[in-house]
Amino acid sequence: MIARRTILTGGAGLLLAGCDKVIQQPTARKILFAGEDMQKGLQRALMDRGALAPEYRRDQMSPIFRTNGTRNPGTPEYAALAANRFEDWRLKVGGLVAKPLSLSLRQIGEFPARRQITRHDCVEGWSAIGEWMGPMLGNILKAADISTRARYVVFTCADLYGGQPYYESIDLIDAFHPQTILAWGMNGRMLDIGHGAPLRLRVERQLGYKHAKYLMRIDAVDSLANIGLGKGGYWEDHVDYDWYAGI
Amino acid sequence: METGTPTEPERAGTVIAGTVIRRHNWVTRIWHWVNAIAVLILLGSGLGISNAHPRLYWGRYGANFDSAWASLPYFPAWLTIPARYNLAISRRWHLFFALVLGFGLLAYMIGGLVTRHFQRDLRIRGRELRPAAIWADFRRHLAFRFHDERDPRAYNLFQKLSYAGVLFIALPLAILTGIALSPGMNAAWPWVLDVLGGRQSARSIHFITATLLALFLIVHLVLVILAGPLNELRSMITGRWRVPE
Repeated sequence: MIARRTILTGGAGLLLAGCDKVIQQPTARKILFAGEDMQKGLQRALMDRGALAPEYRRDQMSPIFRTNGTRNPGTPEYAALAANRFEDWRLKVGGLVAKPLSLSLRQIGEFPARRQITRHDCVEGWSAIGEWMGPMLGNILKAADISTRARYVVFTCADLYGGQPYYESIDLIDAFHPQTILAWGMNGRMLDIGHGAPLRLRVERQLGYKHAKYLMRIDAVDSLANIGLGKGGYWEDHVDYDWYAGI
Repeated sequence: METGTPTEPERAGTVIAGTVIRRHNWVTRIWHWVNAIAVLILLGSGLGISNAHPRLYWGRYGANFDSAWASLPYFPAWLTIPARYNLAISRRWHLFFALVLGFGLLAYMIGGLVTRHFQRDLRIRGRELRPAAIWADFRRHLAFRFHDERDPRAYNLFQKLSYAGVLFIALPLAILTGIALSPGMNAAWPWVLDVLGGRQSARSIHFITATLLALFLIVHLVLVILAGPLNELRSMITGRWRVPE
């Protein structure tokens, strides 16, 4: 009886241990990683292009919206910008655009702002609800006269990971989604350093690591292949996170 | 169970112990193994994901400063996929096999209805719910007798309840609560969050459902061992099952 039980439960144990061996095979890894494209395809098929992430009431907000990831870029350049309350900071908008922009915080503030109370879901599992305010990314891309050749928008940040700026990217479906905003305000105040001052991305139908903080540059590109290690983001390049973080 | 005519001894009314009969049809057998692999991988990778933030909350939000109703233990390497903590790879396993589980269950639901397996074998008859019948079934379990000598192929009441509970409640709930965790699906199907009472509630229910499925799995394996593991395993591989003494 003991031997038989060992066979059955041992079988389950072997399967779990076997998974680590399996994923070392390039083909198996490729199949497993194709799950991302399947999930993305399914979601895009089920989801209206403009379908909105849930929005909440003020009384439904998290009492404390925790910070995570980089809490302060800590570079001398960033410290100088912060010391001057980001007066000298400029957001560069370039790449495949007809009119490259260099926008001050004041100029960004002149775009009509969208105010939204949304839920931030970290890939780790926690959620926090906060209020965000800022212009729709789509309006800024239109102001820069984005090219029809553009397929993705790449966000370059002030914080460094391994000496390189943190970066992220989204496609144009999410870039032109009405809830995709460049937030300069949070919970009724100017965005603080812990949450990504002076400007951060909100891309509400995806997980938290896509919401790049400390924005410095926005570039419209036709391919992600030549940026970073080619997978479209810091975490995607270095630790196998999915580029499509809708799940 | 095959959809064809019963074998000779059954038609006679009693089945002689030792007779080999057809127990599980091919739809059930294929789904059983596909699902077994999917559930084990989902449980292992799910525990890996849990280690990233081992606190559970009720409601729409929940993070470190909010009060958690459960602080989960750190699950050890021998239980998680991968063994060494790697949230990205746990998620890759989990989200791929979530599709296997979901579409596998959908296919089995259709197959089970078309082959009439559900209607015939899982339907609970009124007479089975009489207290005397429940008591008799309970006593048979205590005596490790899991089949009815007059109709050995039929499931007993507890089997029907647990299989139906897993098939029609636990697995669909695991899938629905999993869907509720996706911010993309929250935009596509906002009603899922409304039904479950918010994303962190959905996450809690997802974990509870997974725990119930793990308990089912343990009881299932123990009963397979008690009922004769080789005979039971064969019946789920070839479909052929020997009627016990």
